[in-house]
Amino acid sequence: MSAAPAVIEARGLSKRFVKRLDLAGKIAARLGSGQVEETVHAVDSVDLAIAKGEVVGLVGESGCGKSTLGRMIAGLLPATEGQVLFKGQDRATLDGRSALAARLAVQMIFQDPYASLNPRARVEAIVGEAPLVHGLTTAGDLPAYVDAMLARVGLAPEFKRRYPHQFSGGQRSRIGIARALAVKPEFLVCDEAIAALDVSIQAQVINLFMDLRRDFDLTYLFISHDLGVVQHIADRIIIMYLGRIVEMAPTVALIEQGPNHPYAQALLAEVPRLGREKRKFAPIKGEIPSPLDPPPGCHFHPRCPHATERCRIEAPALREIAPGRLSACHLNDIR
Amino acid sequence: MTHSPTLSVENLKTHFFTRAGVVKAVDGVSFDVRPGEILGLVGESGSGKSITGFSILGLVDPPGRIVSGAVRFKDEDITKLDEDSLRGLRGNRIAMIFQDPMMTLNPVLRIDTQMVETVQAHARVSNGEALERAREALSLVGIPAPERRLKAYPHELSGGMRQRVAIAIAFINKPDLVIADEPTTALDVTIQAQILHEAQELCRKTGTAMLWITHDLAVISALADRIAVMYAGRIVETGTADEVIARPLHPYTQGLLGSVPTRNQRGTRLTQIPGMTPSLLNLGRGCAFAARCSKVLPACADEPAVAEPSPGRQVRCIRPLVEVPA
Repeated sequence: MSAAPAVIEARGLSKRFVKRLDLAGKIAARLGSGQVEETVHAVDSVDLAIAKGEVVGLVGESGCGKSTLGRMIAGLLPATEGQVLFKGQDRATLDGRSALAARLAVQMIFQDPYASLNPRARVEAIVGEAPLVHGLTTAGDLPAYVDAMLARVGLAPEFKRRYPHQFSGGQRSRIGIARALAVKPEFLVCDEAIAALDVSIQAQVINLFMDLRRDFDLTYLFISHDLGVVQHIADRIIIMYLGRIVEMAPTVALIEQGPNHPYAQALLAEVPRLGREKRKFAPIKGEIPSPLDPPPGCHFHPRCPHATERCRIEAPALREIAPGRLSACHLNDIR
Repeated sequence: MTHSPTLSVENLKTHFFTRAGVVKAVDGVSFDVRPGEILGLVGESGSGKSITGFSILGLVDPPGRIVSGAVRFKDEDITKLDEDSLRGLRGNRIAMIFQDPMMTLNPVLRIDTQMVETVQAHARVSNGEALERAREALSLVGIPAPERRLKAYPHELSGGMRQRVAIAIAFINKPDLVIADEPTTALDVTIQAQILHEAQELCRKTGTAMLWITHDLAVISALADRIAVMYAGRIVETGTADEVIARPLHPYTQGLLGSVPTRNQRGTRLTQIPGMTPSLLNLGRGCAFAARCSKVLPACADEPAVAEPSPGRQVRCIRPLVEVPA
């Protein structure tokens, strides 16, 4: 990959959610009802490195594990297996001051600007609490610090006495961004950060993200189901399907040479685009399988037009097909 | 376009009389939908696009009411109809598809019960025949193994499947008009493409007119024959989908199109519309977009007239924008 050192690296990162049997279930299982614990492989051994200053877009449909991966990288969710490395050091082995620094350096911006702000706290408390606790500013300097943060995201300082409900959706997502920026992070995980906004407001927030990247030298993991938006801002795109990365490629290569993996091809073809001509939709068949019971072999094979016997049995590994481009498809062995 | 329109909305005004004042959610909206045509009604949240859809079906609840205007369905003004006659139209001649299919589906009834009910509410047919129609409708929207799905409850189906069932129910009585309110917004892209595909096919096959309400310009540019753009309760621009997307005339449409990221301007700044949508409460007479418009003139404080630069192409803007040949 790129020569720049990785800010964040994931190694064999997995997350499994297990639904434990309740007492009745356990008794029934003991008596031979065949009830078993259900396991969801939300994220299945993902390897990923993000270099300083890079914007990586993570795309996938609902249930593909993109949010779970984002939360593990942000440190909000413990991994079942694997490690997250911050600047080359395993985050789990850090302690004390260095652990705190690593945590503060990675911040998350959430999808729902309505649910992620405390409705009973004023904006100055929402934005100012963390930097004060962590000693990034003093109580005396706090008002000026909050003003500067709000100004940076395009909010007037006089708004800081207000409560979240007094703002529109676009303004609320700016508050969420100001809160994340207040602890001077190096890395931002944006989970569907603009999905809830109107189109004209989306453009304002996308522009803000790009300005902040330039001004603060930020690195982003930008999670979205909207390929159009991700193509616009990301340097590199990762496509996930049912817990696994199926393709990883620089955005320019993905657009110019087209995707390699059949799922990525289908996904890109289905993205509604502003076009002058009316087009006929030629959708890929079938539904997304349940992550409770993913198909064996390649997860995509039941919907894949090119599936062979091998795809039904053996899961393809994610391999380099061109410099910087990775794809997990058996077809690459034949070509 | 020799057919007379299936639906003709004329100067429709739906206002909400709240304690804080009058909210003019729909304020003088006019458009036609012809048989087999898909008209895309595009707008951001609060633009009045959904209330327009509800007004057509007479589904506006107090404090809202239709203040003036006509909704002509096959040359009959259905705003004048009583509740019983409207009931006869809804689900039969005019059907609606909602964003959330669980708004249409009853969670405690099996799919077959709900579909048979819809058929028998409007036609005297036997259970067997109604069931046969239900099966047909399900296979028409591309549901595999319709026999099995008929016996299922809504919670046993995925989101995409539920929306298909909702569409099947909407189309089961072969309506003349379908109003679809953001039916694919909650769905994944691959599933969305499947639904758009079915909707296009159905309109072409059955000659059903469709009003597709959405905020998503990219979806509508590929799906609709004509587009009407709504802003603050008024339609600001109408035209064929190609014309509106390629040569938008109203500054709002231009701003909206500029806000959508496209492939060939990767990494550049998006043109953004400053400010936000105005409150519809006590909105003045002038152009509602004036405060955010980069081309605003003093005369924008007056109610903007509708200009018609070419037949079927309308724009509500006083600045006579010179049409630039593309």
